[in-house]
Amino acid sequence: MADPNDIFMDAIELKRGDLDFRFHCRMPAGRITAVAGPSGSGKTTLLNLIAGFEVPDSGRIELSGRDVTTFHPAERPVSLVFQENNLFAHLDIATNVGLGISPSLRLADKDLARISAALQRTGLGGYEKRMPGTLSGGERQRAAFARALVRDRPYLLLDEPFAALDPGLRLSMAMLLKELQAETGVTVVLVTHNSSDVRRLAERVIFLEKGRILADDETADFFDRPGPQPILDFRGRDGGM
Amino acid sequence: MARRHEHELNMLTRGEYRRALTGGTLGLAGILLFAGLGTGALFRAGLSGETTPLFDAYMWRVLRFTLLQASLSAILSVGLAMIFARALARQPEFPGRGWILRLMGVPLGLPVIVGALGLVTVWGRNGWANAALSEFGLKEPVSIYGLTGILLAHVFFNFPLAARVLLAGLERLPPEYWLIASNLGMKPLGIFRLIEWPEMKRQIPALGGLIFMLAATSFTLVLLLGGGPAATTLEVAIYQALRFDFDPQRAVRLSLLQIAMTTVLLVLLGLLTKRHAEGATAGGASRRPDGRSWRNRTVDFLLILAGTAFVALPLASVAAAGLRADLLRLAGEAPVHRALLTSLAIAAPSGLISILLAWMISNCRQAILKARAPRPAARLYAASLPQLSSLILLVPPTVLGNGWFLLIGPARLQPAAPLLITLINSLMALPFVLSILDPALAAHRERNGRLSASLGLFGWNRLLHVDWPALRRPVLMALCFAMALSLGDLGVVALFGSDDLVTLPWLLYSRMGSYRTADAAGLALLLGLLCLALSAAGTGNIKRMNGDG
Amino acid sequence: MTARLKTLILSLSVALAAALSGQPAGAADKTLTIYTYESFTSEWGPGPKVKEAFEKSCACTVNYVSAADGVALLSRLKLEGAATKADIVLGLDTNLIAEAKATGFFAPHGIDSSAVKVPGDFKDDVFVPYDYGHFAVVYDSDTLKTPPKSLKELVEGDPAQKIAIEDPRTSTPGLGLLLWVKSVYGDKAPEAWAKLKNRVLTVTPGWSEAYGLFTKGEVPMVLSYVTSPAYHIDQEKTERYKAADFEEGHYIQVEVAGMVKSAHDPDLAKSFLSFMVSPAFQDIIPTTNWMMPAAATSKALPDAFGKLITPKKTFLMSPEEVAKNRKAWIDEWLGAMSMN
Repeated sequence: MADPNDIFMDAIELKRGDLDFRFHCRMPAGRITAVAGPSGSGKTTLLNLIAGFEVPDSGRIELSGRDVTTFHPAERPVSLVFQENNLFAHLDIATNVGLGISPSLRLADKDLARISAALQRTGLGGYEKRMPGTLSGGERQRAAFARALVRDRPYLLLDEPFAALDPGLRLSMAMLLKELQAETGVTVVLVTHNSSDVRRLAERVIFLEKGRILADDETADFFDRPGPQPILDFRGRDGGM
Repeated sequence: MARRHEHELNMLTRGEYRRALTGGTLGLAGILLFAGLGTGALFRAGLSGETTPLFDAYMWRVLRFTLLQASLSAILSVGLAMIFARALARQPEFPGRGWILRLMGVPLGLPVIVGALGLVTVWGRNGWANAALSEFGLKEPVSIYGLTGILLAHVFFNFPLAARVLLAGLERLPPEYWLIASNLGMKPLGIFRLIEWPEMKRQIPALGGLIFMLAATSFTLVLLLGGGPAATTLEVAIYQALRFDFDPQRAVRLSLLQIAMTTVLLVLLGLLTKRHAEGATAGGASRRPDGRSWRNRTVDFLLILAGTAFVALPLASVAAAGLRADLLRLAGEAPVHRALLTSLAIAAPSGLISILLAWMISNCRQAILKARAPRPAARLYAASLPQLSSLILLVPPTVLGNGWFLLIGPARLQPAAPLLITLINSLMALPFVLSILDPALAAHRERNGRLSASLGLFGWNRLLHVDWPALRRPVLMALCFAMALSLGDLGVVALFGSDDLVTLPWLLYSRMGSYRTADAAGLALLLGLLCLALSAAGTGNIKRMNGDG
Repeated sequence: MTARLKTLILSLSVALAAALSGQPAGAADKTLTIYTYESFTSEWGPGPKVKEAFEKSCACTVNYVSAADGVALLSRLKLEGAATKADIVLGLDTNLIAEAKATGFFAPHGIDSSAVKVPGDFKDDVFVPYDYGHFAVVYDSDTLKTPPKSLKELVEGDPAQKIAIEDPRTSTPGLGLLLWVKSVYGDKAPEAWAKLKNRVLTVTPGWSEAYGLFTKGEVPMVLSYVTSPAYHIDQEKTERYKAADFEEGHYIQVEVAGMVKSAHDPDLAKSFLSFMVSPAFQDIIPTTNWMMPAAATSKALPDAFGKLITPKKTFLMSPEEVAKNRKAWIDEWLGAMSMN
């Protein structure tokens, strides 16, 4: 049942100031898991734990069947996309994407071809020399996806990647994510406060409140749950679609 | 070609754009007028006397040495500040970090003689460094008199400012940058090359230029630590021309030479400055995963300790000497109270004037730079605005003061002196205020400009609800800096000094000049504490010094 | 904050208004305006006591206007020109006299100055001496056991024993040393400077900086005055700091005062100059200005002065000679001191 490629958070405990987090869960390999919950519930902290920006006080984190709890972020097989500032504003798009292949920017010709292909795939063909500041918010997020694509890691962590986009863009970006996931088989963790995103993208949902896991369900089950109240509140927002 | 609408991207209304432009230009014109009138009056005063040739072997030597030591001072100060700022930026949790930053505000506010004697206590022939090294059997290994001492002192006075400005720049970068960098596995060198350096590079021309000007016009430090007249700057020659020689024309011509020399340098530096986009940040504390590795942490801790010790030890020696003074008696003396009040009464308004001028200039500059396609001339104007207004640093206060003295005349001097001192001090502080305010305003406009425009926030409303809350921190920091600078100033006050206008540094010098070194040490401690208090007020209790408070 | 701000802005505008209105000097008839240097008027200096003593006898008010030092005083006078408010200028030294006379601002004093007794017999019909001091190398007897006994010994002594001197381009003591060396060595002065250079730790812009280095223990010798040790003996009860008695003799600095032509009450100005050479004024000088009185005092000098050295010979060049050669000699000094 347990796939070694699952993300496994084993009895994680972490205290940060007044907040006290406890996570014990498993996010299935090759699927999209949404992490939802009200703000301050610990969604980003959970993501930071997987990415290695936070180190738990106790407990273990497994990625690709290895205990990575004490690994530096760079040593973990994950790619990241934040809500914004995914691109270095003073570097052009190709360079920003190229950093996903070589962090010291030693790029061979075949790497440049890969960069162009990734940009093509995310709908940014020909944008290589553009500066991030000249792109729209949606285009910048596509470039971030392109970087994750060339980086080619088994895990992709997304922190509210569509939150800054308007609803139309949101939908098309969600579709792009779904397609990319299907093509690459990457394991995706999607932090979101938007129930439409959960419904249309996720196969599994982890719902957090005040640093604890309140629900850990298949998506269909999650939307059928009779309670508790925070989950009902969450589902009630955004009117389902 | 169609006429361009220059207000479009800067998100200002047409009226605001015009007002920004007018304000900045008026500010600049005011500064130039003030400097020009003073210098001109002095120039006319010397018409009768015979003139000595400006360039002889001596002057060439002076010119060469001025250039050499000022360039080295600027390069060293900025270089060390880069290393230090980078280490501090990478360790946001460093214990006592806030106090280190506050400490960095102190040296520039100290009268130079106080700082110099502090440096001598640490680095002098019988200083702590030599005492420590002679434990290892070395005999007087450190000798600072000469170029070494001059550079040491200039770095001591200027590196802390540079470090603070560079650190503020690094902390203005979006916090996601550091997370992405470490997720991508960028090594420290790569992070430096691709993230930190591009940010620092923007600040370096202005910072380097500023420090160059300060070092080029340095006077007391150069003579005191230079070891002999081989170390002579143009400023010394200017002072000499005005003092024993009383040749105002020569003084003015030397000042013009000083300005011309530096202008060339600043223009060259200005050509290096490029405009680049500001990332918008979501705010929140900086997390620096790249600083967490055991190795980087050790390196950073050592660097931070070394940099802090370099600044703190001379200050500690000043404090130690001060504590040996009869502080209680000093604290009870009426002249000390009067001097304290006089100093504050000059420092506060001069700080405020400085802020106002800096705001006008920076606002104008940002308005032009953020216009969609500013005409080349306008761009050049905007790019050189801070440099132009910084040139005031090159007009020696003696020249400015003597010139205005002539303009005003002895009869009106008494009432006008405080005003003149305040004005000159505020102009001398302007470049520093600009170096803090301008990047903050640029970042703020980039970040919030569109939003306020879309909300229809303009004029006073924007100033009150958007600009002030976001810029309160840098404004306060700049104000405190300017006040500290003015507090430590001796040069201008000494010119007009009359008995009812005795400031703290003036009193300090006066005590030193009448053998009362212990009193002087006590007053130095008081000044140091004032600077620290101002620096603390300017830094606030937040860890980050950026514009989003 | 805002309240304080308002006060500041208010006081600033008041100052501005005052400046613009150009409020004239309170020209009450019986006012004597004395231009002097700052350490004279500081609360430790002779100024306050002199004012009190003179006001007792003259039924007038004494106003001080102070510049940073003697040179700044003269510059200020030149800047002010005929518009000056000064009646008396007090605090020039002999080296500045020629230049001061050249301005044409000063009137002959016309008083009986026979009471004045200064070594080197300085006499002038415009300027009246009020105190003097010989320049001397002051040393720290704790760290320097064998001080130089002559200028020659200073010049040729152990280069490891350093001295801090002042810059003749910017300071009076610096110019004093320059003239001293010139008086002793004549045409050989550049060679002497080239040797002395090795003993010079640094050349400071003014006396305060050099003396600060000295009392900090950074350097065992400093160019100062014969009278300097008196302060330490009298106020700090220590004889640690001593002046070295040089065989060749010492150069003297005589401080003088003069009356300005445009003095609005010449009689009052004259009576001040007469008062200046009387014991009432002279008594104040030793322990406030830490210089030797230029005329008789009513009581013996304080004990501390008894412990000072008495120079065997006094050097003093005429003001005209100094004025004529100063520039050339400074260039000579620069050349010798800048050589490597």
